[in-house]
Amino acid sequence: MSAATLYGLSAAALVGIGLFGLITHPDPLRKILAFNLLGGGVFLLFGVIARRGAAAGFGGDPVPQAIVITGIIVGFSATALAVALLQRLFEENNRTAPQAEGSMQGAPTVSSHDGDRGGGD
Amino acid sequence: MAAIDAATAGGYLLVLALVLPYAGVFLSLILGGRYAERIALVLMPACLGVAIAIAAKVLQSGKALVYFVGGWAPPLGVALRVDGLSAAMMMTAAVVMGATALFARANFHQQRELPEARAPLMFWTLFQGIWGALNAVFIGGDLFNLYVALELLTFSAVPMVCLDGRAETLAAALRYLLFALMGSLLYLLGVALIYGTYGTLDIVLLSGRVGAEPTALVAAALMTAGLLAKTALFPLHLWLPPAHAGAPPAASTVLSALVIKASFFIVLRLWFDIMPGAMNQAAAQVLAALGSVAILFGSVLALRQARLKLLIAYSTVAQIGYLFLMFPLAIGSAWAMTGSSGAFTGGVLQAISHACAKAAMFMGAGLMAETLGHDRIAGLGGIARMMPMTTISFGLAGLSLMGLPPSGGFTAKWLLLMAAIQSGQWWWALVVLAGGLLTGGYIFRVLAQTVAEANEPAVQHLPVARGREGIVLAVALCSVLLGLVPISSFRLLHVGRFDMLAGGLL
Repeated sequence: MSAATLYGLSAAALVGIGLFGLITHPDPLRKILAFNLLGGGVFLLFGVIARRGAAAGFGGDPVPQAIVITGIIVGFSATALAVALLQRLFEENNRTAPQAEGSMQGAPTVSSHDGDRGGGD
Repeated sequence: MAAIDAATAGGYLLVLALVLPYAGVFLSLILGGRYAERIALVLMPACLGVAIAIAAKVLQSGKALVYFVGGWAPPLGVALRVDGLSAAMMMTAAVVMGATALFARANFHQQRELPEARAPLMFWTLFQGIWGALNAVFIGGDLFNLYVALELLTFSAVPMVCLDGRAETLAAALRYLLFALMGSLLYLLGVALIYGTYGTLDIVLLSGRVGAEPTALVAAALMTAGLLAKTALFPLHLWLPPAHAGAPPAASTVLSALVIKASFFIVLRLWFDIMPGAMNQAAAQVLAALGSVAILFGSVLALRQARLKLLIAYSTVAQIGYLFLMFPLAIGSAWAMTGSSGAFTGGVLQAISHACAKAAMFMGAGLMAETLGHDRIAGLGGIARMMPMTTISFGLAGLSLMGLPPSGGFTAKWLLLMAAIQSGQWWWALVVLAGGLLTGGYIFRVLAQTVAEANEPAVQHLPVARGREGIVLAVALCSVLLGLVPISSFRLLHVGRFDMLAGGLL
């Protein structure tokens, strides 16, 4: 098995794990992490493609490498936006339902708009 | 097969279409909320002018406008390319965005004497960001550029949903973002596979190379699935109703009328321009089947909603379904058959007329909610007397959604219906008709309430703004007037399409 094949299979595995997590986990924070795993898989695949296209004295095809750099920036901004939204949502829920704060540790809260954040941890 | 396009004269217009809105974004961020509105309103006519100039050039020359960024031709460089389809979508975007900007002034005006608020700055900056990203999607000639444009669009559209900062709109925005991110990564994965197989991402170059290889099929499936999540086709529509119904009216207008059409536009590019060879009837039938379920399911849910904005959002879910009926009707079959090119025109016309009609509906619903202080359908009694213009606009937009003549929606659905019958796929014709009936049901439900006597004396929260009512009426009239345009003038939509060129039909 060549290195490229190995990396290609790892990329496929990462994509699979990420997609599975994105679909099955109800907790938004885990969804965001799963999105990053999925993104990592896609970027690794671009890396494999770059390596496979190595020619003319280059260690790799520069186009996929440029794409990965842009992709990482986009993925980073997406993660930042998602985490900011999640944090805002958490603050907002705590502010509108302060009585739920005490019960946060033990029993699940009964706050009405908690549907998206249930389960997970 | 299509050869590499050469850069054409007038390519600078494409650069302007990108640079103007983003210049507005940066200026707004630097100068702050006191100037953001003025910047947006100054740039608006300029952007409209650019869109009109591009459409005129495309129609006049009968060829696509092409610009090579930095003077580097593909496969080394990146091309910007506008064919008739993109020109038409850019015009639609410019008209709807322009109307929305005028409408939004009352909601997002920064008063001179008050301290600077957050909402105006955010709204006008994001508004221009959405406009720039839409233009980037419509003129992108490179698959990876389209990915970046889609992400720009998502990042501008998601915060629009939660401008008011309430917990439920934040939750809706987060859900929208997660669906959109999953969609864009699936799309990017497809892009990776295509680059790995064909060594280029330029749409014109790919159109000649992509066949029915297994990698191309997998890539096409991944990209289509990702784009469907962004277009909110059933069963990936779950994020749409809370997001579109919770956003401020001016934001819902843009989201529902235009933002979901951008990803649909890329599906069209993918299926009809990049890989017509890889697409087969079976896949197209699946897309249309999903569309049919969306039409029936969305319409039935719209009938059951208690709130007006949610009803309109579910109506969007249903109307998206019509867009996907065009695939089995327009793909594969010989272009010499008038039916298949009619189906393509019908599908695109549905996207354009739905944009105008839905914009009018969301703006009208926003005005009604501002006047009454709520948007419960059961409490709309007496609104027709208070705001007759808005009620008429709602009815006119409904006419187009139902597909009654004369309206853009009628022409679109008629073309789809004719194509379904001509190609012997009568089952799609049944869906079109059933969808029309259900749409009539929920539109009538709203209109019947508006003309009913107010059961309690209607409390008027705010005086009715006649000027804003006029904007809503103008947009609603656009969706109706589209139906009076003779079908032959939709030739613009086919300018610069590869398969037409190959078939020698132009």
